[in-house]
Amino acid sequence: MPAVQETVERVRAIDVDQYKYGFVTDIESEKAPKGLSEDTVRYISARKNEPEWMLEWRLDAYRRWLTMEEPTWARVSYPRIDFQDYYYYSAPKAAPKSIDEIDPEILKTYEKLGIPLRERDALLGIQREGGSKVAVDAVFDSVSVATTFKEELAKAGVIFMPISEAIREHPELVKKYLGSVVPVSDNFYATLNSAVFSDGSFVYVPKGVRCPMELSTYFRINERNTGQFERTLIIADEGAYVSYLEGCTAPQRDENQLHAAVVELVALKDAEIKYSTVQNWYPGDKDGKGGIYNFVTKRGDCRGDNSKISWTQVETGSAITWKYPSCILRGDNSQGEFYSIAISNGHQQVDSGTKMIHLGKNTSSRIISKGIAAGHSDNTYRGLVSAHRKATGARNFTNCDSLLIGDLCGAHTVPYMEAKNASAQFEHEATTSKISEDQLFYCLQRGLSQEEAVALIVNGFVRDVLQQLPMEFAVEAQKLIAVSLEGSVG
Amino acid sequence: MLEIRNLHARIGENEILKGLDLTIPDGEVHAIMGPNGSGKSTLSYVLSGKPDYEVTDGSVSFDGADLLALDASARAAAGVFLAFQYPIEIPGVANMTFLRAAMNAQRKARGEEEISTPDFLKLVRAKAPDLGISQDMLRRGVNVGFSGGEKKRNEILQMTLLEPKLCILDETDSGLDIDALKVVSHGVNALRSPKRSMLVITHYQRLLDHIVPDVVHVMHKGRIVRSGGPELALELEESGYAAYAQDAA
Ligand SMILES: Nc1ncnc2c1ncn2[C@@H]1O[C@H](COP(=O)(O)OP(=O)(O)OP(=O)(O)O)[C@@H](O)[C@H]1O
Ligand SMILES: [Mg+2]
Repeated sequence: MPAVQETVERVRAIDVDQYKYGFVTDIESEKAPKGLSEDTVRYISARKNEPEWMLEWRLDAYRRWLTMEEPTWARVSYPRIDFQDYYYYSAPKAAPKSIDEIDPEILKTYEKLGIPLRERDALLGIQREGGSKVAVDAVFDSVSVATTFKEELAKAGVIFMPISEAIREHPELVKKYLGSVVPVSDNFYATLNSAVFSDGSFVYVPKGVRCPMELSTYFRINERNTGQFERTLIIADEGAYVSYLEGCTAPQRDENQLHAAVVELVALKDAEIKYSTVQNWYPGDKDGKGGIYNFVTKRGDCRGDNSKISWTQVETGSAITWKYPSCILRGDNSQGEFYSIAISNGHQQVDSGTKMIHLGKNTSSRIISKGIAAGHSDNTYRGLVSAHRKATGARNFTNCDSLLIGDLCGAHTVPYMEAKNASAQFEHEATTSKISEDQLFYCLQRGLSQEEAVALIVNGFVRDVLQQLPMEFAVEAQKLIAVSLEGSVG
Repeated sequence: MLEIRNLHARIGENEILKGLDLTIPDGEVHAIMGPNGSGKSTLSYVLSGKPDYEVTDGSVSFDGADLLALDASARAAAGVFLAFQYPIEIPGVANMTFLRAAMNAQRKARGEEEISTPDFLKLVRAKAPDLGISQDMLRRGVNVGFSGGEKKRNEILQMTLLEPKLCILDETDSGLDIDALKVVSHGVNALRSPKRSMLVITHYQRLLDHIVPDVVHVMHKGRIVRSGGPELALELEESGYAAYAQDAA
């Protein structure tokens, strides 16, 4: 049997039920009643002790959402979602005041995920190679249950807290920036999120401050039928710099779980935001049943001159991924970057990419996308690069590579380019390749197993993007890539 | 070490090995010469377990075990190494990373400890310069952008580090300049040992000036048609394969 054929066979025999993080934590949780109505929105807002203006904002979103249609243009297919069949809020019973009050079950879960919250290490700031510190704002289900490192950050003037707290403590900042990048009526899922968002992170880095540590959040979905509606808002004021890491994994579930996050980034003059994601939501079982539906709106606004926003993502999980982290290059000389690794296996469907909207003068953007499709999966890169009439000197470089493992999967590239200014220079490169039998045999002849060979070749394929991740994240991501393909070769 | 009996193998519908017999005792170096298309590379692939080749008859015993029962990586771990006629490129995978992954995979398969980073670096630093392999070549993607000669030297570096029992060299001399030929031959000779056997496939006698074989075989249309001492290579250099073409026709 030819080597590639054999890989195909093994991919076919994939047992995603062995999903590494497929465990469930048993904690009592408090839920909003099933379904979505104005009452649900009021319930959520009340539970969070929100001020009146926030409730009004949510209700406005909810009313708009009622008039909107679910989008169907993405290359994904799934049974119609009954939005009344979900819970829109769940929280661990009492919000803990200190780490000692945190449910030991939750801590155990984090330990399995390799987040030793209780460890002294973590309390002091996780020290890893290179000595950098990582702050963990742990989000469990819908409510943040532990926030560490707050004090050190406070010293630098950095605000890093659950957005639910920021709404109460920094209403002027939240009012000013929330919805300013992704408007309430932006799209079906973003509008839904605006109505019912549960929690997420809020980051404000003041003028001229370089955030002293990388900020990190781990998310998990843990409640049956609980939608997870993360809302994150990051603002880098003039001359500020921040690097934010987001990683997540979710336990195994039978029913499809809805996830519609909104992330907004604002970079003012001379500011830079680096946002890295490793996404590993439950992808569903071997027949594609039960995985997470991930409809994400992530957008960064390079609002000031010379600002820069860089998105790096490693997408390995979810049954459905609908996600286009984008940059609005409003400031003159602003820069946007998108580095992406999207792996699909089993019956996963990924439709992901980016939008680079060039508005200011001499703006530049760079897109490096690596899609890997195995099993029966479908992997689509969808990108838009546009230059406004007044965006003189806009430049873009796009490189989209797809790698296929087996014959039953698909890779698609859908690039849109629109230059309304004649001086725009857009370059686009795209390749589609397969892991060749010769490459596999070469590796096997040197003693590597089939799985090791595939992981090695794939890691080589995505190297340009891995290099963009912060060191400690890159190592994790590399492992994750091996793990997600491990499932694929038995 | 290696005992091949009546080996028949095909790819697709084409039978390429047609009853091949070959025995290589421990520590010996055997050369195979033969016209293009006679099946030399095919033999090397069949021995190393390339998936597309189907063995239809015969047997191969390696150190007393049934080699054909093992998959390619198990054969590698058992000590079969093939220096490819056309080494394969693997973009993005640093040569060093690949070397280390291969060493550790084989060690793991044999139930041994993984090599530590300092030991590995020491080993590579000790062996690479002799083969003219620069730091830059170690950092670059496996064989990516390597010249023909560099690829061949890289194969010998892998062979040196992996310390196989049976080395199969498929036209390792082709594409080498005169100096590189010496470097490679020196590297190969350094690996000669009473416990290691070699099968050297070549078209040219000049390689055998450097790597002096114990036995030379002539392969034609999928079989060994004649065997002799090193002088057989000289004779072939003179008269070519015309005589065999008639025999086998
Ligand atoms: N994939 C294949 N499909 C069909 N025929 C093949 C295939 N690979 C090799 N062959 C045929 O098998 C025969 C032997 O090829 P092989 O490469 O073993 O010859 P060789 O002795 O190594 O030749 P050379 O000296 O040119 O390297 C040739 O006729 C070749 O065309
Ligand atoms: Mg050949």
